Amino acid sequence: MSLQLDFPAVLERWPSFLAGAVLTLELAAFATVLGALLGTLAAVGRGTHNALIAGASKAYVETIRNTPLLVQIFLVYFGLASLGLKFSAFAVAVAALTINVGAYTAEIMRAGFEAIPRGQIEAAEGLALSRLQIYWHIILLPAVEKVYPALTSQFVLLMLASSVCSQISAEELTAVANYIQSDTYRAFETYIIVAVLYVILSLVMRAGFWGLGLVLFPRRRRLGTPL
Amino acid sequence: MGGHLNINHLMFLGQGALWTIGLSVIALIGGGIVGFVIALARISPLKSVRLASATYVQLVQGTPLLVILFLGYFGLAAIGLKVSPLTAASASLTLYVAAYLGEIWRGCIQSVPKPQWEAAEGLALSRTQRMSKVILPQAIRIATPPTVGFMVQIIKNTSLASVVGFVELMRSGQIVNNSLFEPFAIYAIIAVTYFAMCYPLSLFSQRLERRMGRGRSNLAPA
Amino acid sequence: MHQNAPSSEPIVSLRDVQKSFGPLRVLDGVSFAVQRGEVLALIGRSGSGKSTALRCIDRFEKVDGGEIVVCGHRVDRPDVDLRALRQDVGIVFQSYNLFPHLTIEQNITLAPCAVKGIATAQARDLARKVLAQVGLEEKLHAYPEQLSGGQQQRAAIARSLAMQPKVMLFDEVTSALDPELTAEVLKVIEQLAADGMTMVMVTHEMGFAKGIADRIVFMHRGKVHETGPASILTSPTTPELTQFVGTGNLKS
Ligand SMILES: Nc1ncnc2c1ncn2[C@@H]1O[C@H](COP(=O)(O)OP(=O)(O)OP(=O)(O)O)[C@@H](O)[C@H]1O
Ligand SMILES: [Mg+2]
Repeated sequence: MSLQLDFPAVLERWPSFLAGAVLTLELAAFATVLGALLGTLAAVGRGTHNALIAGASKAYVETIRNTPLLVQIFLVYFGLASLGLKFSAFAVAVAALTINVGAYTAEIMRAGFEAIPRGQIEAAEGLALSRLQIYWHIILLPAVEKVYPALTSQFVLLMLASSVCSQISAEELTAVANYIQSDTYRAFETYIIVAVLYVILSLVMRAGFWGLGLVLFPRRRRLGTPL
Repeated sequence: MGGHLNINHLMFLGQGALWTIGLSVIALIGGGIVGFVIALARISPLKSVRLASATYVQLVQGTPLLVILFLGYFGLAAIGLKVSPLTAASASLTLYVAAYLGEIWRGCIQSVPKPQWEAAEGLALSRTQRMSKVILPQAIRIATPPTVGFMVQIIKNTSLASVVGFVELMRSGQIVNNSLFEPFAIYAIIAVTYFAMCYPLSLFSQRLERRMGRGRSNLAPA
Repeated sequence: MHQNAPSSEPIVSLRDVQKSFGPLRVLDGVSFAVQRGEVLALIGRSGSGKSTALRCIDRFEKVDGGEIVVCGHRVDRPDVDLRALRQDVGIVFQSYNLFPHLTIEQNITLAPCAVKGIATAQARDLARKVLAQVGLEEKLHAYPEQLSGGQQQRAAIARSLAMQPKVMLFDEVTSALDPELTAEVLKVIEQLAADGMTMVMVTHEMGFAKGIADRIVFMHRGKVHETGPASILTSPTTPELTQFVGTGNLKS
């Protein structure tokens, strides 16, 4: 067994790795923002008194959480195609990741909503706040602050899971690795480098969310205690 | 094959589904054993052991399973260690599952109430006795719901083994599709099959969780 | 009363109010009225319907029958303008219910800004003013969890005051507090009464009720069993009130 590793031969393709990493972050960013919106809507829907909306939200969440992302991506990809709609691999990837992370976000947000005591809402009603104002100031914002750690972990997992988009040839980091290794015949070095890049990306995301948390939640910044 | 979906296709898919279950069991057992070691290492009195296990968890949890699978299959082959898709998938899933189960279980062990630890110490039990006789039996109760919940993640994650050519449910769907070219219908069947395997486990986990009166939401990698 | 008859329209009036939770009849023909500047204390045994009566005034509960008029709002009607009603009525709960993610200042300015559209700078001045009223100016930028229970309850009172309500409702606002903390909250309420605020308060502090209330309403099994000036606490006419004040409820 000749174990001769040649990292420089692979590292000289760094512009491709960089482009892949950037695309991975873009995918994650789009899907995080859209998925957070979708998931919040689904969580709100789950809590309404309208049985149809609540049922549809539950069906969405359970379907997504109990099937693999890889299958979801193929279903979105071929589903859109069978409708005669042509989208870029990037758009399909964003759509599939959004649908996926939306379901997990919905579950987390639901837990956040349920943690808001009834008395908070009564106090707000007593102050004549409108329903929308109550939803925003008294339910949504504190709920997000409560579940922020769980939410951001989920978004980091989403970034890692986006590697699956290589299977519909979105040019993200894992796809880049696949063609570099087939070019250089240096699979081991390539995937080690890519693994390190993913670890760095997840550390960067964690740091970013931590900083964002300090900006978004002044209470946490000052007191350091969870809400 | 060719033309319409027939009984042979379904048999083939069924066989794939069995392999999905088989691979999940392998990953659960392998990942469970390694994960248990990780969990204990994470709370070891030795700083170096704690550091090493924490690093392992951080690295694995910062890497996509797909990349770990590629590393185990193509990567090892490239440096002269040729392994079968089953071996590569089992090993990769084991390492991956271990990092997550290890963290889940560490949390469960540490959530055994403090007085229990102190009481065990007060009884002059050795560290091993304290763990095995007092702490672990309680931790297992706490750990059951999230572990059942994580089994859903394992089943879903085995679908990635298709990418290195292991013929489980996903891969057998792709093979059937290659002859029928009905991708949407076939992947819908695949999705329903995964759902049928995962949903009962999800429900069971939720039931257990409710019975224990603690609502922790499971983080789930896709 | 006869001196200024034309302006004696009560601020709060309940007439023959009925309310049931399922088969349980909680309010069974409750009637009372509160004049401007009057302090009314609702007393009675646990479960007699005091909180329910109070919550009906701010329409946290819908009544099954009878008539409730609060500052001109027909509260018993389904088409009552809830937000207009609640701008006229301030309510303070036993459990404070400050918003934990907001500073005391933000707790206070939220409603004036969002509901009345007051400018931020003006709302901040208002916050300072109402906090001074409850003796908490220095806690302007603190978060609720940094305050003691008594301070939190005073902040909650200040938050209500900032909406400049015409009547304040208090539901056992001191029963979660230690005696010393109770005293500081009661002092604030006394000052409010001295300033002429119209108030309806559910309380178990009989000594306090006796000292501050213009009128006492003693509830028993969903009915107003006895009512009158504070002196009825020392010379009750019904055996139920006699027993109630006799069982150690009347602190000196
Ligand atoms: N939302 C509700 N649903 C069902 N029953 C209720 C509800 N709110 C109150 N009750 C019942 O109505 C009765 C009167 O309750 P209420 O809270 O008005 O009593 P209270 O006089 O304020 O008692 P306490 O001094 O204990 O606060 C009680 O038997 C209570 O259990
Ligand atoms: Mg009460």
